[in-house]
Amino acid sequence: MSELNSVDTALLEVIAGMKNGKAEGAYNIRKDSGCADRVNTENVVITSKTDKPGIDITFAPGCKDTCHIPVIITESGLRETVYNDFYVGEGADVLIIAGCGIHNCGEDASEHDGIHAFHIGRNARVKYVEKHYGEGDGLGENIMNPTTIAYLEEGAFLQMETSQIAGIDSTRRETRVECGKGAEVVVTERLLTHGKQHADSDMTILLNGEDSKGRVISRSVAQDESVQVFRPVVEGNAKCFGHVQCDSIIMGNAKISSVPAITANDLDAQLIHEAAIGRIAGDQLLKLETLGLTPEEAEDRILKGFLA
Amino acid sequence: MLELRDLCFSVDDEAGAQDILNHISLTVPENSLTVFTGPNGGGKTTLAKIIMGLKEPDSGTVIWNGTDITHMSITDRARLGISYGFQQPPRFKGIKVRDLLGIASPKKLLSKKDACSFLTQVGLCANDYLNREVDASLSGGEVKRIEIATILAREPALMILDEPEAGIDLWSFTRLTETFEEIHRRGSCTMIIISHQERIISLADNVIVVDRGVVARQGTAAEILPSIVSGTTGDCPMIGKEEER
Repeated sequence: MSELNSVDTALLEVIAGMKNGKAEGAYNIRKDSGCADRVNTENVVITSKTDKPGIDITFAPGCKDTCHIPVIITESGLRETVYNDFYVGEGADVLIIAGCGIHNCGEDASEHDGIHAFHIGRNARVKYVEKHYGEGDGLGENIMNPTTIAYLEEGAFLQMETSQIAGIDSTRRETRVECGKGAEVVVTERLLTHGKQHADSDMTILLNGEDSKGRVISRSVAQDESVQVFRPVVEGNAKCFGHVQCDSIIMGNAKISSVPAITANDLDAQLIHEAAIGRIAGDQLLKLETLGLTPEEAEDRILKGFLA
Repeated sequence: MLELRDLCFSVDDEAGAQDILNHISLTVPENSLTVFTGPNGGGKTTLAKIIMGLKEPDSGTVIWNGTDITHMSITDRARLGISYGFQQPPRFKGIKVRDLLGIASPKKLLSKKDACSFLTQVGLCANDYLNREVDASLSGGEVKRIEIATILAREPALMILDEPEAGIDLWSFTRLTETFEEIHRRGSCTMIIISHQERIISLADNVIVVDRGVVARQGTAAEILPSIVSGTTGDCPMIGKEEER
């Protein structure tokens, strides 16, 4: 266990809403590849993996619990790949708050590649919230490449909310969700890039079970010279419903590519995709100016709402 | 008091320069209700936008309470108490009705009670709308009423409303006219409403007919309403013939 300093606790508050490095319920704080603190509860057990870096988190069947698993990196040049596996028991109803914050004041790139696998039992409900944030005045890049794989058993529900707030120079996100009979997944992805940042997101939702549902909502803002590429794919392999909605605001000299795809392999698969990219509408800015905001405040408020 | 002096505005299109406003001068007394009316394309909305700063005139002056605001920004005009309700209000993904009312209100924190009151005045139930996003899920009439609620939330000194009745159902329209009547009765706000509705025109102290970029007529509602009705056929030679048949 290592001590948390003020930079650490500030990062933890931004990415996981933790006050002074503490949270209610179970939690595990990973700092610079080590465990800074861990608390288990009766229903939530966190254990370190023995064969590779990472943890296993087990939620007891039928429990209603919250678990925080933030990662912070403050050592410039640190690169790590971490494997976290979640086992959610039948009928459980849990909130998992993850997040990664990098404070890089050095010259070298810091990188966190988190590989998360969710095994969600029958009729269990999971809300998974993940925030990515980078800061620091060094020249070293902040890199995050998250991979999320989720297996939803019959009647399971996963609500996944991911956001990249600021300061991540490069990210490559891969998400794959497999839904069983009657299972439902809702993925909400929010992304803000600026400067020369680059963000890539590949997402595949496989609706394998009868009456499964999948919904992808992607909202992004690309500013300055940044580049974003989205490839959300929904595949219907049974009677199912899938909806992909990608909305992006483009600013400055940014570039956005949005490539949603839907594939039906079953007569009763009902799939929809929508994608839109555009600048902030002039009448939106004017409206907020007539309410007393300056043009800069109006732009900020529109972006804040869009990414909220 | 609002004074418009010798305002001109033109646009360039394929046919060359088109005059939209042609040397318009008028005065709107403090705490009065003035209706701008007249045929489509006559210049009413352009005139209203020039008052709010959404368009800049080619020449002329806009004076608000003795201050020349002709070249003032929209934001500064808003902070002087001028507000503007758009004919086709924009929608915002991710901004809730509650947020928009909060931005509009001069109070640092808008109470739920006040927010409810503004929505009720435009015929919307706060419980149904406060937490809804002002996005494409709302109908045109709903967005329009929310727009008017934001104007009420600003507690403005000058309220400009561009066709507030457009897209609003009959029941809500009645509620809305009662609200305008009540604001006017309180006498705390100067109101300019662009409207073609007899019910709204009849509330006005002063009716100004804007046609082909000039003030064609002005007077009380009683003076102007009969001439508007008789003038609805315009110059079209066919309409009279159709009626004769």
